[in-house]
Amino acid sequence: MNTTSHLPSYLEQSEAVRNRFDRLKSREVILEVKHLGKDYKTTKGNVTALKDVNFKTHRREFVCVIGPSGCGKSTLIRILAGLESHTSGEVLLDGKPVTGPGRDRGMVFQGYTLFPWLTVKKNVMFGLEMNNVSTDDAGREAELWLELIGLEKFANAFPHELSGGMKQRVAIARALVNQPRILLMDEPFGALDAQSRVKMQTYLLEIWRNIDITVLFITHDLDEAIFLADRILVLKAHPGEVQELIEVPVPRPRSAEQFSSPEFLATKARLEALIHPQEAEPDQDAEVKPQMIRFVNVADNVE
Amino acid sequence: MNTSSWFAVRRELSQNKKTKLGVASFLLPLLIWCMVSYLPFIWHPKVLISNPGDVDYFQVGMLVDKATFRDELSNMQSTGKIAPQGQPANPIYLPAPHEVAKAFYTGFTTAPEQRDGQWLHESLWHSIQIIFWGFLISSLIGVPLGILCGTYSAVSRLNEPFVEFFRYLPAPAFGALAVAILGIYDGPKIAIIVIGTLFQQILIIANTTRKLDYALIEAAMTLGTGRIKLLFRVILPGVLPDIYRDQRILLGWAWTYLIVAELIGTSSGITWFITQQARYQHFDNVYAAIFMIGLLGLGGDLLLAVLGKRLFRWNLSANKE
Ligand SMILES: Nc1ncnc2c1ncn2[C@@H]1O[C@H](COP(=O)(O)OP(=O)(O)O)[C@@H](O)[C@H]1O
Ligand SMILES: [Mg+2]
Repeated sequence: MNTTSHLPSYLEQSEAVRNRFDRLKSREVILEVKHLGKDYKTTKGNVTALKDVNFKTHRREFVCVIGPSGCGKSTLIRILAGLESHTSGEVLLDGKPVTGPGRDRGMVFQGYTLFPWLTVKKNVMFGLEMNNVSTDDAGREAELWLELIGLEKFANAFPHELSGGMKQRVAIARALVNQPRILLMDEPFGALDAQSRVKMQTYLLEIWRNIDITVLFITHDLDEAIFLADRILVLKAHPGEVQELIEVPVPRPRSAEQFSSPEFLATKARLEALIHPQEAEPDQDAEVKPQMIRFVNVADNVE
Repeated sequence: MNTSSWFAVRRELSQNKKTKLGVASFLLPLLIWCMVSYLPFIWHPKVLISNPGDVDYFQVGMLVDKATFRDELSNMQSTGKIAPQGQPANPIYLPAPHEVAKAFYTGFTTAPEQRDGQWLHESLWHSIQIIFWGFLISSLIGVPLGILCGTYSAVSRLNEPFVEFFRYLPAPAFGALAVAILGIYDGPKIAIIVIGTLFQQILIIANTTRKLDYALIEAAMTLGTGRIKLLFRVILPGVLPDIYRDQRILLGWAWTYLIVAELIGTSSGITWFITQQARYQHFDNVYAAIFMIGLLGLGGDLLLAVLGKRLFRWNLSANKE
């Protein structure tokens, strides 16, 4: 690629960015993943979804996990959430091993998983009520959160009356009201259109900036990962292994203008090289060359 | 209006069209019935004798086969005797719509002919009670058990193989047994409805419960929901509208077991009324009673549908119906 040669290395960090990372790494470790492995036993034999995955996440860090489809991103986050068991290694949250789902790890799914029978406010209250907070207190907390996400007018609406972006905002509030140590997000904006997606990204950064929360965010969108993350965990497929943990050199606060900044482009070029390597095994779709026969009149040209 | 808007594949029709078609679905069979009843050339295989003439066994008001009538007519004509007269008519078991309509009305206004007979509405009320108790008892066992089967695989494996077997046993086969155990009055009738409904109910409710989106259960677990609360605060409210819809369908099945159930022991209720009327060849009353069951069933179901919309405002599929 020609453009890459003009770009700085993605490893180059400005003074401010380096200082940020130093401060970040001096904060305590929230999540530690050690030699994590996962095999699925299927009728066609064993599928190794994850193999020897290691990383640490510090308090108030924003980590994105990126990788080609089927590389085990969902498997990883579901193990962290306690929804899936692992075959080897361990997951430590605040030094304690994860054994099952719990309120200390909030999760936002790609599909909308709001409870359709509850109003927006009741959805946000749900986690608190499950943890024996009184209805009055839960209601007050929920109202506060609805104000924060700008949906106080929809407090008594049902989920099916909301747009996709609004639903995910409620889902984020529902997870955060429980004050989890870490927020796990599995392609939460994957089903949204481009415009609402950008809005939601800005939105999420705004929330993250203002409360004490660590975020682990899965995406397959490179721009999204660079825009959001402090560090990006790049996975490769078959088996799912960590390729690199990239420190994003783009300074904060982030804004849409940075999409064309040199640091941004350099990081993106690196990610592209990792995810779509030049000498990759030949792509099945690329093998098929279109062999079209002309079905229209010779004079009837579109180009 | 073009036909494509009526026959677009799996498209919703406008409210107007829906109403029109709904009315037509009732008018169409009624129209066929009217044609068969009032247009003699369509069917009318019998002759209603209005004047027996010299045929010794004919009487006024007697229904004879067309062929018999034709034979006797030619017999009489060839021997020079007085020819019988009559109009084409349908068999006694097919009364005309207006006769049934009249019976529908008089069924409620005339006292029963037999001293021990019941009024139509008394019979109906008795039947409704049988259905109510049968369905209630079945639901009290079937709904909770079905939900448990749909939630816990262990409960499901412990129950469903046997239930699967039992549901193939025809409920009426237990009639004699039910009488021996529960006597000859309402007990065995209720039991037959329970046996006919319960086993299907367990399986249907279990399947419905299993259809709840597992992601909702996972979401609840990541919010710190414990096992018991998962059942009562997520699974139960999540499947309630679908269970409600299942119950409506199952109630329809309970109605179909009613007639069989009421023949067991001393026959009673609407079945007693129908068999009694049929014995005296009051087929107009028989039809009136059968329609009455249909109306009660449909009316009840519509009522439950409206109630369901009120109860489950959040449920899109229920509101679409
Ligand atoms: N329940 C399962 N049973 C068997 N194999 C699975 C299961 N879930 C995921 N896999 C396999 O594990 C690999 C990783 O899947 P997943 O974590 O969903 O990938 P991603 O989210 O990155 O697209 C895939 O090859 C997939 O086929
Ligand atoms: Mg995935």
